Formats: sequence, C-alpha cells, structure tokens
Amino acid sequence: MNRVTRWFHQLGSPPYFDRFAARWAPWLYAVGALVMLWGIWQGLFVVPSDYQQGDSFRILYIHVPSAWMSMAVFGLMAVYAAIALIWRIKLCEILAMACAPIGAWFTLITLVTGSIWGKPMWGTWWDWDPRLTTELILLFLYLGVIGLYHAIDDRRTAARAAALLAIVGVVLLPIIRYSVVWWHSLHQGQTISLFGESKMDASMLPPLWAMVIGTHVWFGGSLLARARADNIRRESGKDWVSRLGREKPAQDASNEPASKGAR
Amino acid sequence: MMLSAAKALAIRDLRLLWKRRGDSLQPALFALLVIVLFALALGSDSATLAKVSSAVLWVAVLLSGLLALDSLFRSDAEDGSLEQWMLAPVPLAWLVLVRTLTHWATTALPLIVCTPLLAELLQLPHAQLPMLLGSLLLGTPLLSLLGAVVAALTVGMRRSGILVALLALPLYVPVLVFGAGSVAADAQGLDGSGGLLWLAAGLVMALVLAPLTAAAAIRIALS
Repeated sequence: MNRVTRWFHQLGSPPYFDRFAARWAPWLYAVGALVMLWGIWQGLFVVPSDYQQGDSFRILYIHVPSAWMSMAVFGLMAVYAAIALIWRIKLCEILAMACAPIGAWFTLITLVTGSIWGKPMWGTWWDWDPRLTTELILLFLYLGVIGLYHAIDDRRTAARAAALLAIVGVVLLPIIRYSVVWWHSLHQGQTISLFGESKMDASMLPPLWAMVIGTHVWFGGSLLARARADNIRRESGKDWVSRLGREKPAQDASNEPASKGAR
Repeated sequence: MMLSAAKALAIRDLRLLWKRRGDSLQPALFALLVIVLFALALGSDSATLAKVSSAVLWVAVLLSGLLALDSLFRSDAEDGSLEQWMLAPVPLAWLVLVRTLTHWATTALPLIVCTPLLAELLQLPHAQLPMLLGSLLLGTPLLSLLGAVVAALTVGMRRSGILVALLALPLYVPVLVFGAGSVAADAQGLDGSGGLLWLAAGLVMALVLAPLTAAAAIRIALS
C-alpha cells in the first residue's frame, strides 16, 4: 500500500489519532500564536493609519480573518460530515463536530468586531446589511448543529444527525445568502460597502496575510485538541485510554490548558 | 403499489385527525392570537397596521407552522409506526412525502383559507390579497417540506422544544424573504412575481430533495 494511503488509514484509528493530535496540536498552537502575534504587532504599531478611517480600520486584522474562517470552517465541517455519512468513519464525525464550536466562535468574533467597527464608521452598531444578516444566520446554523449534537444521547446518532444538518446548511447557505441580498435591495436602496472603493494599500496587506495564516494554523491546533478530547471521551473505558492516563501523565497535563484556551 | 400505500397512509391520517378534529383548528387559532397581539402592540392606527400587515401575516403563518411541526412524526415514532415505515416495501421517502403533504393540507391549508379574514383584521389593502394568497400557497408547502427535515432530525428526542425552532428558522429565511418580499414588492408597485417564481422553483426542488433528506434523517434517528 502507498505510504500516504496507509498513513491516512492509520489516522482513522482512535489511538493513532490520539497520538497524532497530542504531538501536533501544541506545535500548531505555538506557530499560530507566533504568526498572529507578529501580525497583530505589525497591524497595531507598524502599519500607517488610514487616511479616511484613521486608526479604526485596524480592527480588520481580526475581523477579516475570522470572517473568512467562519465560512471556511462551515465548508470543512460539511466535507467531514459528508465523509462521515458516506464512509461511516467515526473519526470524521468527531472532526466535523469539533469544527462547529470553533466556527461558531469565529462567527461571533466577526459579528462583534464588525459592530464595534460599525459604530464609529456607520454610526450604528447593527445594520441589516446582507453580509451582516448572512453572518448572523450562519451563527444560527452553527448553533443548530451544536444544539442537535448535544441534544441526542447516543453520541454516534447525534453526530450523524448533526452531520446531515451541516450538509443541508451548506446546500442552503448560497440560497440564504442570495435571498438576503434580494431582500436588502428590495427594502432599501442605500448600500454600504465594507471596504469602499478604496483599494487597500500594499503596506497594509502583509499583517493581514499573517493573521489569515495564523488563524488557519491556530484553527488546526484547536481542531486537533477538541477532536482529541471528544475522541478520548467516546473511547473512555477502552484499554488504550486507561493506559494513556497511567503512562504519560506529564504529557497529558501539558496539553490540557491548550484545549481550554481554545474555548 | 406506491399509490395504494400513499392512499392508505393519507386515509389513516385523515381518519385519525377526524377523531380529534378540534386539533386541526389549532394553527389557525395560534395565528389569530399572534395577529391580535401584534395589533394590540402596534396600536389601532389603521395606516400603520396596513403597512406591516402582510409581513405580520407571513410571520404568523410561519410561527404556527413551526408549532405544528412537532406533530409531524412524533406520534408515529412513539408508537413504532416509523419502524414499520422503514420496513415497508415502498420507499421511506415516498411515505415521508405523503405524510408531509397530508400534514400541510390539514394544518396550513385551513390557515390559508382563513387568511382573508385575518387580513381584514389587519387592514390589509385588498389589492395585496391575491399576491399574499399566492405567496402563501407556494410558500407554506415549502415550509412544511423544510420542516419535515427538521422534524425528522429531532424525532429521536423525547422533547425537542426550542431546538426545532433553532434548526428550522435559518432554513425558513429564504422562504420568508421571497414570500413576504413578493407581497412587499407588489405593494410598492414593483413586479412581485420574481419572488413567486423563486418560491415555485424552491418548491419543485424541495418536493424531490426534502423527502429524501428527511428519510435519511429518520434512518439515522432510528438506527
């Protein structure tokens, strides 16, 4: 068998995944945090302020990456969900369900930073702009997936029902998005474009890319840590889990704060 | 085979409903309550009421549909009929479709029949009434079909409560937007038929896809 294929098959086994996640999650957290720190520092102190928006544009270094992530995580969740439903890979159920809370947090961060930015720029905390409305509905979809997963007692049934909902959501999301745009154009003529016609200056871009890459890497770490916790919870009572606690207490303890920090 | 199964299921549902015919008035009663509350909250100024009446009617219909959603598969899941559906020689999706359409005809259709009366309570301009009825006729089956997916997802739970609303509302957004939007466009003198066409297209798609999805959800819930 091909080495890559074999590695992929091995990753589907809970004990192997546990070791893999335990090894890589801290590294991903560390690299993500470093890249994001550099991006934040550049964005806050080095990049010159905007000639129209002053210093308030700097919130985009958090807002834009989390907005991208909120969409991308939903897509990734649907992909995992489809794999979980079609091939019944247990680990993919766990990964799909681990995506949901992270994506919900990214969506919430997007909404909050957007309102904070909107208050000085638009003069209002909230506007029923298509983008804001879609983001809010996306948050409801995430909450629905999380709620469904936790409402059903049997873990596998819960994960598969929530996975089906994630797929329905990803199919309907473009329609929801389109309908909101149509509704907006019907109700009011005024349009607000987030970044206006002004193209972003080249000096503003490198920190943004750093933040985008940083959030992706951090998401990877968070996903592994969350999936690992869920994996251990589901496999509790199995032999390898009980051995895990006895053999390497030091390594387990060092990973615990990391998974809490992601919440 | 499929038609006789559909007929048997529909007749059984209707007979059960006839035994408790008071229940079929519940959605219309609930919509009436919502409308009365809205009217009381908005004040008696008929110009204000006329302006929001189509939107309020749509929301009332949507909420009463949400309320009726729980009864779609609940009793069949409790008495084991759903297991028999899965074992039946006809496709599960077909039975789900028949059940959903029967459910629509017994909960949403009476409400649509009452809509002209409810519209009168809210001072809806008479010119908007055909558009409102058309959008409701196209939109409520769509709501029922989307709701069937949600009801199927939550069928395994003992009490679904607020979760049904949380799952259903994001899916209902396009229907509400196109339904209420087409009436609003009509009221402004614009062409509202675009929204109706979207609803019709969505209905055709949902008639095929929603029963399949709901059947998959039932299989997951009862596995």
